Amino acid sequence: MQLDAKDVGFRYGNGEWLFRGVNFTINPGEIVGIVGPSGQGKTTFARILAGFENPIEGTVTLGGLPVKKKGYQPIQLVFQHPEKAINPRWKMQKSLREGWEPERALLEAFGIEQEWLTRWPNELSGGELQRFCVVRALGPETRFLIADEMTTMLDAITQAQIWHAVLEIAKKREMGVIVISHEAKLIERLCSRVVTLNKNE
Amino acid sequence: MLSTPEEKNKQPLLNQRRRMLLTIVIAALFLLSIILGGLLLDEGRITTNLTERNAPPSFDHLFGTDWLGRDMFARTIMGLSLSIGVGLLGATGSALIALVLGMAAASMGKIADRLISWIIDLFLSVPHLVTLILIAFTLGGGFKGIVVGLMLTHWPSLARVVRAEVLQVRSAEYVQMSKQMGKPRWWIALHHILPHISPQILIGFMLLFPHVILHEAAVTFLGLGLSPHEPAIGIILSESMKYLSSGMWWLAFFPGLCLLIVVRTFDQIGEYLRVMLDPTRAHE
Repeated sequence: MQLDAKDVGFRYGNGEWLFRGVNFTINPGEIVGIVGPSGQGKTTFARILAGFENPIEGTVTLGGLPVKKKGYQPIQLVFQHPEKAINPRWKMQKSLREGWEPERALLEAFGIEQEWLTRWPNELSGGELQRFCVVRALGPETRFLIADEMTTMLDAITQAQIWHAVLEIAKKREMGVIVISHEAKLIERLCSRVVTLNKNE
Repeated sequence: MLSTPEEKNKQPLLNQRRRMLLTIVIAALFLLSIILGGLLLDEGRITTNLTERNAPPSFDHLFGTDWLGRDMFARTIMGLSLSIGVGLLGATGSALIALVLGMAAASMGKIADRLISWIIDLFLSVPHLVTLILIAFTLGGGFKGIVVGLMLTHWPSLARVVRAEVLQVRSAEYVQMSKQMGKPRWWIALHHILPHISPQILIGFMLLFPHVILHEAAVTFLGLGLSPHEPAIGIILSESMKYLSSGMWWLAFFPGLCLLIVVRTFDQIGEYLRVMLDPTRAHE
């Protein structure tokens, strides 16, 4: 199942085109980096791929078919700010199990301790919260994972731990990963291919 | 604003929380006495007793008696209990309408939003009292008319608040994630959105309640609400108007004062709740 974006264009309201005619393909198991200067629409493009936003022109297809709208989405997105992506009024376990039931081994791979599950989101640090967000997005039906600046605000050790676990799962499940980041070193280490999103091209 | 050191160090006698507690205690005492009074006092206490007409306040008759010799204390308590009952029904109904319409406006698409916003503006552009009188009159007055009227007229401002809150939380990333996790709309509304707006609903309800009681009294005072043989506060006040000029001040003074205290305490509780639950105003 290939994820395909064909001639995708997007703008907010009647504003200027953020980008037009963007073509992008990713195969299962492939790890692709998207880079580009700020404000070029990397995040918007990620949101379109994940189905949060509909493209104004062009299409996004998964295995040649439009992505289903109902049920657990096969393309999952992890945001940069975990504290915004988790309901502050829910205990962690409810947020974690919103989409699926992760087994214990997976939690351990991400360094999530059992006692965190009964805490409120404001009792955990950003790095700890981000682990929950990643695990939540790694359901068995996830075919592609989009990491939009997923580890930018974390320290090096946490970054390494999270990426290590994600890559292992990607390999095991033949899951594609799209990495959006400003860190050239990270992209270089992780990705087999890099795409530049730039208005002028 | 500049202030001298003494002024700065002067602590108010009661801080916010203590004041709120005090208000709640007063409100609770009032509610309790009114509910108990409403249950214990029966029609027998307000029967006419022509031997004791127009008596000023005394220990036998705390609030005095009226021109038919009825005990004003008993009448006031019964009137308040009726008013609070009507107020509770009206405020609950209004809060429910506001909740449903606000959520519908914010989550059912552009056309629903336009339509509901238009209805809100329509209701807000006419004074409550006029619509209330119109609806109560159309429904033939009486208990049902006034309650339905109150329910149908007090929701717009709260509905507007609910709509804004829902719009805000709907664009939150965790709600978008929830959609991504395959959760249906109603599930998101129930688990993400409703808990988020419940404080607003509670505050809105607490602030609506005194408002509704006042409007009920006003409409009844004008003779368009509850029927005259029911001992509502509005009726007591409007009847005593005729006797004020003959110096029987207690007929209007005590019922009016009680109404004022009930309305004021509940309004204060609502205000305190708002300040406490709203993080941006918590330090006022």
